[in-house]
Amino acid sequence: MLSPADLTAVWLTLKLAGTTTLVLLLVGTPIAWWLARSRHWATGPIGALVTLPLVLPPTVLGFYLLVLLGPDGALGGLMLAGGLDLLPFTFGGLVVASVIYSLPFVVQPLQQSFAAIGEQPLEAAATLRAGPCDTFLAVVVPLARPGFMTAGILGFAHTVGEFGVVLMIGGNIPGSTQVLSMAIYNHVEALEYEAAHRLAAGMLAFSFVVLLLLHTLKRGRPW
Amino acid sequence: MVSIRARFRLSYPAFTLDVDLDLPGRGITAVFGHSGSGKTSLLRCIAGLERAAGGFLAVNGETWQDGARRLPVHRRPLGYVFQEARLFAHLNVADNLDFGYRRVPPGERRVALEQVVELLDVAALLDRQTDRLSGGERQRVAIARALASSPRLLLMDEPLAALDQARKQEILPYLERLHDELEIPVLYVSHSPDEVARLADQVVVLAGGRAVAQGPLSETLARLDLPLRLGEEVGVVFTGRVIERNAEWHLARIGFAGGEVWVRDGGAAIGRSVRLRILARDVSLARHRHDDTSIMNLLPATVIAQAAEDHPALALIQLRVGTTLLLARLTRHSLSRLALAPGEQVWAQIKAVALVG
Repeated sequence: MLSPADLTAVWLTLKLAGTTTLVLLLVGTPIAWWLARSRHWATGPIGALVTLPLVLPPTVLGFYLLVLLGPDGALGGLMLAGGLDLLPFTFGGLVVASVIYSLPFVVQPLQQSFAAIGEQPLEAAATLRAGPCDTFLAVVVPLARPGFMTAGILGFAHTVGEFGVVLMIGGNIPGSTQVLSMAIYNHVEALEYEAAHRLAAGMLAFSFVVLLLLHTLKRGRPW
Repeated sequence: MVSIRARFRLSYPAFTLDVDLDLPGRGITAVFGHSGSGKTSLLRCIAGLERAAGGFLAVNGETWQDGARRLPVHRRPLGYVFQEARLFAHLNVADNLDFGYRRVPPGERRVALEQVVELLDVAALLDRQTDRLSGGERQRVAIARALASSPRLLLMDEPLAALDQARKQEILPYLERLHDELEIPVLYVSHSPDEVARLADQVVVLAGGRAVAQGPLSETLARLDLPLRLGEEVGVVFTGRVIERNAEWHLARIGFAGGEVWVRDGGAAIGRSVRLRILARDVSLARHRHDDTSIMNLLPATVIAQAAEDHPALALIQLRVGTTLLLARLTRHSLSRLALAPGEQVWAQIKAVALVG
């Protein structure tokens, strides 16, 4: 079976993906709502910025985050001045990087389902005494439920599978930043193909199940 | 102060809504006009769904909007029935009805949920999902949902426009009940003369974003100077009372201010108040009384005025029977042959009278 080190990596990966998904849903929802509803000129540039991780090599993203968050970076310097610990090579740093890296996978499905809801149910809710927040919780969230499910699953799965960003910003510290993809890489480097197989096959099965789940989700319910 | 004061000016690329209205704060007021005349825009301004800066709106003494402040939609105690029902797809019928109801503080509720359910006859639908409703059922649920939020003003934007004729006939009796049983002022947007004739107490006529006429239904419909083109639907509506019912011929005799007419017996009991509609195309004129005709309803009338019709062959004559105004549509040829002038006595031969509720 899995070695204790591998188990630690699996646990760390799940923790990272869970935390990241939670943060992503909290951060991505208002961004997606604004992108779907606003006619402000800035929706174009901001939308492109959010989508950037889709096309950018993860190492590029990781590299710039490392520079930005490092002791000589703009944000890193600020954090040091504020008496905070630096983020690179910590679990917190991994979360920040993963959130940015997986943002489009959460924002896009949400944005699409928000746009699909349209103006009509919102106007109807307003004429029935529901204020904006009330309407969002009582009408938008339930109507956009498939969007939230898709966003959550994609965000989680995508974080589980990341490698480049983790390598750049997290390093390879067991128990702190060594996630599954790193563990597999280490096994292969050490020519421990059997151990690599166990983890890799697990990832394969996991990814397949996720996609199957998404597919069923899309076909199952009309709303 | 029982009135609705509304003043809005709102510019769109294609037209400008520019109205200053003082409407009665009770009964059904039809907002009538052709498509593009600004009816829906007016309703949306009143609801607060359109932001008309600088507008003014007071409903029965409460100011909803003036230069200084503007209540957001959800703080206006109104009900809005949209053309396409707009039920919430994630809720069943009961939860749709409950949506507005439970957002009204108990102290401000004026109707019980059961009362609304009974009024619109939706008890059998409560457990249904909204996608399992027919068009007519959807609209009934939408009306019930709006009423359940205890509105102090009900706005209805062509609630029957998306329905076929049979479904319309299915809903109209419910709207009439609403009118008879609830004391909520209603603004009813419509471009259907039929619905207006049947439901409205007052009418506001919009054209090109402006209110071109306003007043009680009978008076407004009988006006000759209305820049309103009803075509075949030009006619008058007035109320009368059932005096007699003839079982042998299935006819009812209706008395009104200035005379009596026979109509097909619609089942209304003697003494009941009914609404009559007479289209101008169903009224012809004669200088002498002709009894050798199939037309039952012959009324002595006085010619008041005349106006041109859309088609150059036709003219519209305004008549008075007692205190009731009628319209007759003649060819200009007939008019010239009869040489009718204002003040002259004629016989109005009425081919058809419709009971419209």
